[in-house]
Amino acid sequence: MRYTKEPKIADAVSISRRVFFKKTVTLGAGFTLAMMLPGCVAAGFTPDVAEGELMANAFVRISPDNTVTIIIKHIEFGQGTFTGLATIAAEEMDADWGQIVSEAAPANRKLYANGSWGTQGTGGSTAIANSYMQMREAGASARYMLVAAAAQQWGVPVSEITVSKGIVSHKSGVSANFGELAEAASNQAVPKEVNLKDPKDFTLIGLDHLPRKDLGKTDGTAIFTQDIKLPGMLTAVVAHPPRFGTKVKSFSDKKAKAVKGVVNVVEIPTGVAVIADTFWNAKKGRDALIIEWDYSEAMTESSAQLMQRYRKVGEGDGLIAHTSGNLDEAFKRAVKIVEADYEFPYLAHATMEPMNCVVQITDDGVEVWNGSQSPTGDQLGIAAALWTLPGNVKVNTLFAGGSFGRRANKNSDYVVETAHIAKENGQPVPIKLVWTREDDTNAGYFRPMYFHKLRAGLDSNGKIIAWQHKIIGQSIMSGSVYAAFITDGIDSSSVEGATSLPYNIPNFEVQLKTVESQVPVLWWRSVGSTHTAYSTEVFMDELAAAAGQDPLAFRRAHLSDDPRYKAVLDLAIEKSGWGSALPANRSRGVAIHKSFGSYVAQVAELVVDDKGQYKVDRVVCAVDCGVAINPDIIRAQMEGGIGYGLSPALMSEITINNGAVAESNFDTHNVVRMRDMPEVQVHIVASTEPPTGVGEPATPVIAPAVSNALFSQSGKARHKLPLGTKV
Amino acid sequence: MAISLKINGENYSVDAEPDTPLLWAIRDHVEMTGTKFGCGIASCGACTVHLNGEAVRSCVMQIGSIGDQEITTIEGLDSREVKAIQAAWDELAVVQCGYCQSGQIMSATALLKKNPTPNDADIDTALSGNICRCATYTRIRNAVKYASHTISVKEI
Repeated sequence: MRYTKEPKIADAVSISRRVFFKKTVTLGAGFTLAMMLPGCVAAGFTPDVAEGELMANAFVRISPDNTVTIIIKHIEFGQGTFTGLATIAAEEMDADWGQIVSEAAPANRKLYANGSWGTQGTGGSTAIANSYMQMREAGASARYMLVAAAAQQWGVPVSEITVSKGIVSHKSGVSANFGELAEAASNQAVPKEVNLKDPKDFTLIGLDHLPRKDLGKTDGTAIFTQDIKLPGMLTAVVAHPPRFGTKVKSFSDKKAKAVKGVVNVVEIPTGVAVIADTFWNAKKGRDALIIEWDYSEAMTESSAQLMQRYRKVGEGDGLIAHTSGNLDEAFKRAVKIVEADYEFPYLAHATMEPMNCVVQITDDGVEVWNGSQSPTGDQLGIAAALWTLPGNVKVNTLFAGGSFGRRANKNSDYVVETAHIAKENGQPVPIKLVWTREDDTNAGYFRPMYFHKLRAGLDSNGKIIAWQHKIIGQSIMSGSVYAAFITDGIDSSSVEGATSLPYNIPNFEVQLKTVESQVPVLWWRSVGSTHTAYSTEVFMDELAAAAGQDPLAFRRAHLSDDPRYKAVLDLAIEKSGWGSALPANRSRGVAIHKSFGSYVAQVAELVVDDKGQYKVDRVVCAVDCGVAINPDIIRAQMEGGIGYGLSPALMSEITINNGAVAESNFDTHNVVRMRDMPEVQVHIVASTEPPTGVGEPATPVIAPAVSNALFSQSGKARHKLPLGTKV
Repeated sequence: MAISLKINGENYSVDAEPDTPLLWAIRDHVEMTGTKFGCGIASCGACTVHLNGEAVRSCVMQIGSIGDQEITTIEGLDSREVKAIQAAWDELAVVQCGYCQSGQIMSATALLKKNPTPNDADIDTALSGNICRCATYTRIRNAVKYASHTISVKEI
């Protein structure tokens, strides 16, 4: 049967009848608990509670064996949510770290929404920031119920009870662990109000080297989507269009079906899927497909042509994203005007685990296994694709082998693709979609390509009195469910970082011109800042040079009144030894940028060999992310964020050639390897401000820091990424 | 056709074509999932296993070419080197997403077996074939040295 875009009504009815997810859960003692959790019941939440357990709230479950399970609403993909969110709850519970186990939350928007935007999802470095008070309250509430139960059992006042390292005790000498009190605590009322600790009394928050709670990653036992095994499961590999905008015209599956192990071949909106018993047989089947493609609407442009088009657009004016002062007047007053253009290629996320997903459609409903950054978004996407209700779609969130924004797809692309394959296959068996590395590199989605035009005016003292910044590129949010966030034609993710500089500039304007292309685009670790931090911070060095000033002194002369910028810059500068003499073949560059509420300053030091090749040798990074929950995870995220940002700084790019991606695997798509990685030193600014994110803010700062070090070395500013290997 | 493979000291009869990569025989037939798929062209190292103790990329090794050579996966490692490495990985909190780490540990273990006291250049050579997109490289480097140190201390 040919695929038709709109499912027939009969199909829809039969699917919704089949797709009825079982709601029967043995609650036992837990039922009372569920009743005590008005939020949970109202949210259709059926907690998985066993006899004698305390489900204190949507985030804390205490078992009779004294295990405390913290339900983590944000995916763990290395950034540390399983450890960080558990630390916060355990802190307020006065639990023992050894009794804590972390578990991924199910998809449930009402219980587990991200407080930053209202659906369940991980992104924008918000996991700690939006959960901090929530997890503290969840922990404190559980502690309250345990203490109330102990007081009742022992016939003593609550005020005389102390809790430490998971032991509840009274001065009379009686004590109990959490597990022993769980059942009794389950009969206690959920408190309406709780007292939170004074931060000076924290014992877990701020503690260095707390053992992590995402286990099984050094012995091969951790389970990723790629590792899911289910009875009867089949593997699907998809032949995607060779160029963007291409569709299937016709295909022959005769040879594919002759491959041993191939079970079925189905057409789906995104191509042709071969379903087999194993990956290798599915891939061989795909290689044997004969597909005639319809190129009538295929993309024909190449990256160079796109950039030419963007440059042309940049000659005109865009929409005003931000403005202050009187730009025209200031430019007239300026004694020196400096202009520079910057070019940024498309970028692939290139997660180590290529995109994959498992979907099973049975009479009971749809079940999904995926390392998703947006469980409720994917739930909606699948429900829409299968014409069923989101409540019929159960999402199991697994560890993801990297994501960096890729698994928060605005269209749930590969997830919906799996659902289509499972539906077209028509059998109640689980389907595991596996993208090869080449599929992953070729299909997108990508960080958009951008062109920036900067123009600034200096007065006779070398002060910036006018700054105009034009940004030209595709909108990430446009054409998706996130389009509602676009206001007055401005996709804030295109200009973030450019509209909030760390500097005082009296006459200031940022323009955005959104352009169209058939290349699918998406947020990529640190989103807008991936390009705005680069252009603004490299331009600052160019302006410093034009003003005849040292880049650091020039920054300080313009630095924002927000003292956190100064503190983070001072720390990085002090630790880097900035200003101390270097041999001629070494140079330093500095950059400072705030993203997702966190302030980061970096000094990169590079060394040049006698062939003119350079290596980034050392990076000193200072970060202010408010209260440091897990200092070692903060350091790890700074190190990793720098390493991730170093790839597009030095070598990574996605090139479009006649509507297709030129790169395919790690032999052509270069990324940073061990030999390219500098030594990284991280310093954290002590702070009592509310915690902000650390997953992304280090990433955008490294490219301008390295570029400025190159500028210092060669006297030539770099206007295009990647920078390449030569000075 | 059934092909016999010796994995982690056990004999397995795998019903797959001889051109099937060892990686997929391990994952889909023997059903051990610690060895990961990352690129399929020996370019990322996620699939690293040991063949007679040497680190090799299982994604490009056809099962028909292996014969009775000894294959070791992350599940079967039990040497003092791997114990020191796993302890070092934990101690230095190396891991982030974790997907590449089986491969990193396989490569690092093979390195320490051959060269118990590697310097930076040795580590670069042995581990630049293992990509980590979380860029845990600095910690891997330090953890290899840490493990090397713990092994040498134990020997004394």
